[in-house]
Amino acid sequence: MTGTAKNPEYDFLWCPGCGDFGVRRALEFAMRDWNIEREIPMYNNVVVAGIGCSGNLVHLYEGDQPYGFHGIHGRSLPLALGVKMAREDLNVVVVAGDGDFLSIGMEHIAPQAARNLNICAVIMDNGVYGLTKGQSSPTTVEDTVTSSTPYGKLESSLNPLDLYLTLGVTYIASGYSTKPRDLAAMIKRGMEHDGFSIVHVNSPCTTYNDTYALLKGNKAKGIDPLAWEIPDDHDSGSKSAARGIIEQGGVPLGVIYEDESRPSLEQRLAGVRERVTARTPEELLNTFAV
Amino acid sequence: MASRSEIVVRFAGEGGQGVVTAAEMLARAATGVGYHALTFATFPSQILGGPTWTQARIARSPVLSPGDAIDILVAFNDEAYHEHRSEVHDGGIILLDPSITPLPEEDRRCVTVPFDELAKQTGESRAANMVVMGGLSRLINMPLNYLKEFVSLRFAGREKVIEANHMALDLGLAHLAEEDPISDLGEPEKPDYEQVFIKGNDALSVGALHAGIDFYFGYPISPATPVLVYMERNLVGEGKFAYQASSEIEAITGIVGAGFAGKKSMTATSGPGFTLMGEGIGLAWMAEIPCVIVDVQRGGPATGLPTKTEQSDLLAALSPAHGDSSIPVIAVGTVEECFYGAVHAFNWAERYQGPVVILSEHSLAERAQNIPRPDLAAARVEDRDLYKGQNGYLRYESREISPFPAPGGAGAYIANGSEHDIYGDTTHLAKYHIHMTERRFGKLKLLEDGTYESDNASSSVAIVPWGGSKGSALEAFHKLRDAGVDVAWYYTIFLNPLPPAMLEELRSKDLVLVPELNYQGQFAGILRSLGVKAEAITQYTGLPFRPTELSERIRTRLAESRQPQAVNA
Repeated sequence: MTGTAKNPEYDFLWCPGCGDFGVRRALEFAMRDWNIEREIPMYNNVVVAGIGCSGNLVHLYEGDQPYGFHGIHGRSLPLALGVKMAREDLNVVVVAGDGDFLSIGMEHIAPQAARNLNICAVIMDNGVYGLTKGQSSPTTVEDTVTSSTPYGKLESSLNPLDLYLTLGVTYIASGYSTKPRDLAAMIKRGMEHDGFSIVHVNSPCTTYNDTYALLKGNKAKGIDPLAWEIPDDHDSGSKSAARGIIEQGGVPLGVIYEDESRPSLEQRLAGVRERVTARTPEELLNTFAV
Repeated sequence: MASRSEIVVRFAGEGGQGVVTAAEMLARAATGVGYHALTFATFPSQILGGPTWTQARIARSPVLSPGDAIDILVAFNDEAYHEHRSEVHDGGIILLDPSITPLPEEDRRCVTVPFDELAKQTGESRAANMVVMGGLSRLINMPLNYLKEFVSLRFAGREKVIEANHMALDLGLAHLAEEDPISDLGEPEKPDYEQVFIKGNDALSVGALHAGIDFYFGYPISPATPVLVYMERNLVGEGKFAYQASSEIEAITGIVGAGFAGKKSMTATSGPGFTLMGEGIGLAWMAEIPCVIVDVQRGGPATGLPTKTEQSDLLAALSPAHGDSSIPVIAVGTVEECFYGAVHAFNWAERYQGPVVILSEHSLAERAQNIPRPDLAAARVEDRDLYKGQNGYLRYESREISPFPAPGGAGAYIANGSEHDIYGDTTHLAKYHIHMTERRFGKLKLLEDGTYESDNASSSVAIVPWGGSKGSALEAFHKLRDAGVDVAWYYTIFLNPLPPAMLEELRSKDLVLVPELNYQGQFAGILRSLGVKAEAITQYTGLPFRPTELSERIRTRLAESRQPQAVNA
């Protein structure tokens, strides 16, 4: 990327029909609107990507280019913390998949929730390790046969929304990759939220775990859709209401929870800065003077 | 009464008895008067209790190591007496509580002071170590008022505590008023330059602050925790961030993120944490992100010896990550070098745009010492070459180092832990892997400005220690030179890349002896791989070298090498 245009030589491809195309489009909408509203250039945005199919979103971004960091597997959150707390003025977005974020990177979710780190994480959940060709992930349904679970997955499947709510993530939205406009609105609201926001997106893998039919349902075949719209009257400020939505099961679509009362880490830090005056290195040396 | 140029006092007992602070207090008070002093501490990995000992070496001229045999042993309990008595030299003194019965065959001078009983009289039962100090002031002939001044400063504002401690000092002195001092250090000569009395970890932290650190992220681990504590307290203000990480993995990736964002960032850890950081350090090398990683070494591997000293992480520091990389390493060897080494490390990181490792070690981190006050104006600070142009910049197009674009400014690119093309996008093409690998290694050339020390360089054999063994080795070198042994001295803190001129000189030697605290002889092995006839003199006890013992080992080895048989490298 050169700041303004995509790299003509870059040849990585998502499979036809991959859900990540829709998520990329949604992020492009959200970031474009964010920049226009604030009259800021694209280079004030940083996209930190996990490793996996979804992480390649950072290279496939269309149009005016944000800064990107494609780091190491599972560590998108601490990388994003480094960027954000070094430069609080930047808009920092994480893009990662369920394997990266919820398996190897799981340990980093709780600390960011406790800190209320002011970033927005967009998680593309396809319920499988796609890039390594089809192993089971934390969100793979129990008993599913994959290349790494030849006799069926013996573990229960993780409910990420339940996890986020329990850990204290202050903005939780759930989306579906085929609805990029709705998704863009959820992502933009997540970027606007002063604190740790996660937009969890069902983004099917057409090669290893094609769940389009399950998500949309098929009346003719008698399949009820997994995805359902959260009603307009849902009180996203209420934790118990949010839990109620999650416990209904399936894939709820919309903003599940938003706690605007909790200050973000940078807001807490601003309070410390008001109370504490830094000493210069000379002043510090004075404290050791013989 | 003989006049001696130095004295070594060891305090041994149980954690919580004031043993840890005793040596530091004595050393601090001594430097206040004009003596030179250095402490050594070793303690068990537990909050309270457990066998603990600390040592202070006080002299009329600057001291370089914890020293050799003990002049005065202060034994707070029976176990401490039995454990340490053999290290007291024949003319030394053992200071004991009367509850401890010396062995019948004990032929050293034993002096008893009822530490706890006298302490109780002051109303401050924790003042036992002050009673000891009072007694010591008699035995080493140091005026009590220096200790009293120190107490007043340390407990400023707490009048009752000061009063009780002053009383404890008086009681201790009165109790030993009739005893003959062991020695007379002579009148101290206050140096004519400004000094600070500081520990290695604090000196390193102040060095980082002088270098302009913006971002510190670290996880508690012995013996690196004091750096985290110092940074949390002092790295504050607009645009500054110091914070406790949830793991070393979080710490390293956090500082890489901050480095990418254009800031000067650092973390400090010890062996176990350093191992966890390996992948993140590789990322910084690959994506060309400046950052500084401090490894305060302890005994290893795994959890190892958390509170003992060792120099066994050199191979890990040079190659903490998988794959083709060569991480710049600065190994500090004195408290003063902890300060300057930190400044150099940031300068290197900024200059070559990549990670730099500082190797310190337990004995140095916990060592409190008087050093000349660092001259901040003379310690030059470098900043990275920031990209200031328009969009359209290809970050990795050049085969050499190129300006660094920071988010918030034009020149957006992707910092990538995967191999990348000139745009920063992931690639598997050989031409780019060749281009980028050569670009990354080529930048190391920018770091070949390291300085080094040498003495009697014309000799065909040399002593070349690294890191914290410097002090003991330098004292051993002086002993050998005083005894007329022809041997050269070389030393640098810049272990990778080594100063090219020093390496060239070492290649011309018939034998290079490397005293180092590890089993393998890690630095000697590296020197051999660089064409130097190097051989290690190792120790792996968890303790530093003793200068006299080391000088004997070197002398023996040199005598062997002068026999006609071939050198076995």
